[in-house]
Amino acid sequence: MEPILKLFTDLLPGLSQLPYWLLATLAALIAALVLFGFIAVFALFAIWLERKISAHMQDRLGPMEVGGWHGWAQTIADTLKLLMKEDIIPEKADRILFKLAPMIVFSVSIASFVVLPWSRDFIPADLNVGLLYILSISSLAVIGILMGGWASNNKWSLYGAMRSVAQIVSYEIPISLSLITVILITGTLSMQGIVQSQQGNFLSWNIFHYFPFMFVAFVIYFIASLAEVNRTPFDLPEAESELVAGFHTEYSGMRFAFFFLAEYANMFIVSAIAATAFLGGWLPPFSFLDFIPGPFWFFGKALFLVFVQMWLRWTLPRLRVDQLMYTSWKVLTPFSFVLILIVSFWQLLTL
Amino acid sequence: MAQTNNFPETRFELEIPDPLKTDEFILNMGPQHPSTHGVLRVLLKTDGEIVESATPYIGYLHRTFEKHAERMTWPQVVPYVDRMDYLASMNNSLGYALAVEKMMGLEVNERAQYLRIIVSELNRIASHLVFLGTYGLDVGAFTPFLYGFRERERIIDLFEEISGGRLLYNYIWIGGVAFDAPDGWLEKVNEFCDYFEPKIKEYNDLLTFNKIFIERTANVGVIPADLAINYGLSGPTLRGSGVNFDLRKNDPYCIYDRFDFNVCIGKGEQGTVGDSWDRYYVRIEEMVESAKIIRQAVNQIPDGDAKETVPRNVRVPAGEIYFRTETPRGELGYYIVSDGGKNPVRVKVRAPAFCNLSILPAVARGTMVADLVAILGSLDIVLGEIDR
Repeated sequence: MEPILKLFTDLLPGLSQLPYWLLATLAALIAALVLFGFIAVFALFAIWLERKISAHMQDRLGPMEVGGWHGWAQTIADTLKLLMKEDIIPEKADRILFKLAPMIVFSVSIASFVVLPWSRDFIPADLNVGLLYILSISSLAVIGILMGGWASNNKWSLYGAMRSVAQIVSYEIPISLSLITVILITGTLSMQGIVQSQQGNFLSWNIFHYFPFMFVAFVIYFIASLAEVNRTPFDLPEAESELVAGFHTEYSGMRFAFFFLAEYANMFIVSAIAATAFLGGWLPPFSFLDFIPGPFWFFGKALFLVFVQMWLRWTLPRLRVDQLMYTSWKVLTPFSFVLILIVSFWQLLTL
Repeated sequence: MAQTNNFPETRFELEIPDPLKTDEFILNMGPQHPSTHGVLRVLLKTDGEIVESATPYIGYLHRTFEKHAERMTWPQVVPYVDRMDYLASMNNSLGYALAVEKMMGLEVNERAQYLRIIVSELNRIASHLVFLGTYGLDVGAFTPFLYGFRERERIIDLFEEISGGRLLYNYIWIGGVAFDAPDGWLEKVNEFCDYFEPKIKEYNDLLTFNKIFIERTANVGVIPADLAINYGLSGPTLRGSGVNFDLRKNDPYCIYDRFDFNVCIGKGEQGTVGDSWDRYYVRIEEMVESAKIIRQAVNQIPDGDAKETVPRNVRVPAGEIYFRTETPRGELGYYIVSDGGKNPVRVKVRAPAFCNLSILPAVARGTMVADLVAILGSLDIVLGEIDR
């Protein structure tokens, strides 16, 4: 809380006259609104971006009409359409769980944003267990997905939910293990602390530490994070050609939109964690570029990784369930264990 | 008569219901499902992700083609056969026209013969391109679909120019073709071949030799050669199992014996002979061979009037015939009975996709749900032809 209060009083010195409780409440509210607005706008932007990127990869134009310039307003129009659609709940569905599922999935994404460090001062809550917090809170999304798949009372949805649970639970292990190597280097779980330990130009970023071992850790993290957010080639829970639409087959209108927004928000979150843990967060690649504010670098790095995710999605086919499990348990997990060992020994040797 | 005691010995034991009783999961795949290629329903019994049995149910697209044909005059049947396999209309009407011409003893003029070859081979490429795209979709790759359709669009434009239609052409008539090729059309066909052949490498780079794609299709849905023959498979699905059988070579019709081309068979390069990858790759190679045939036909085509042999009144002498041709899906056979009247008495169609689909229950057992989609896609079925 302190850094963000400092940011507020720096921006508007008059605010420091207010009593502490009022200032804290105001700051928290504004930060929450800014974050929510950011998620909504980013998801809209990312959906538009994905459509344009996929279109250009496939020799077509993508949305061109709505809003004039390259169809920038297409997703806004789509969201308005989804808002106005009839809210259908299947007759045999478990109504409470059915309604709860998209809320859980979406709130989990929002909750993860709390610890993302945007710049030296702007981090909504610099928890001393930031990385642990984000790992544990993002595991909750699987409950929402299972809930949605079960409550729909649809066999395809159930299949999707089952696959999703198996997948997310297995891929959390390589994610956590590869992040442990980062913690070994930085010695802190605080997101701000992780960024600050990478001061200097781009060679001091964690990804170039103990080259090439941390680079491998980054690749492991990135592959596993694709599975964590159900992106190709690990998009089995919503595999269109097998499971119709997976766990959200029965969802329509705004409830579907929440799943959709959460997916794009999650894409950003995993990329932002990668940017923080491996790519120096809001730090510029060269120290003389310090005058450009931190959020630019942070957002730029995360957005680049989001782009890579989209690129992969429109290039690769999808793995099969057993191959997916094989990749996680027999490739990524052992390799990340080995990396932890190597990094620990290296640290011992260079003490 | 001595009665045997049929009661089981455990009859008087107390039966404890199994608290963890498991059952098969019965799943209706289709009729509305993204990868059943139309309106096929496959009844799946699964144990988790593993398929215990898959039973196809067909008939959702039945349009009584065979009954319609009995009410139509001989030339009026042509638009109906177009609608059977709507991805390869030219090949379907070619088979019908050849069958009726043979019954009539009609000689078709040379230029029309060549035009027929060109359009049917173009349509074979177009059909295989749709297969390439939809198969990519089946295994989760979206982009090859649009690449395939980009090239198919060019073929469709050529067809539109020569016949006026973009999907159903009604172009190959009894005794010839509906229109002669417009000026410059043949050069455009050659240009298309120049444009198309390098694209094959693009497909191979993007999909064919992609590691994940090979993992998904190699050793999946293996159909051994004897099983394939027993089930009456034909076309690329049969050749994928390593059986060298192509009606264009083995029982040449039209003027196919004048062209130099290879029959592509599955070699099991990435796995076992007869797996889904082989069936896929046979089709990719066949597109190259078709382009080869088209080039030869364009070079050899004589001048003349393609319509001169189209008869004004079609009178088919009484008799019956079974005539088979090689469509992109396999052996398309027409069994036609005539009593010398204005209408056919019976037009029975041996649809290749129908026979190819029949193998699904035999190979689906024990595979995973995702494999089933890959196998079904590799059979390249068109429901319009299966249900007719």
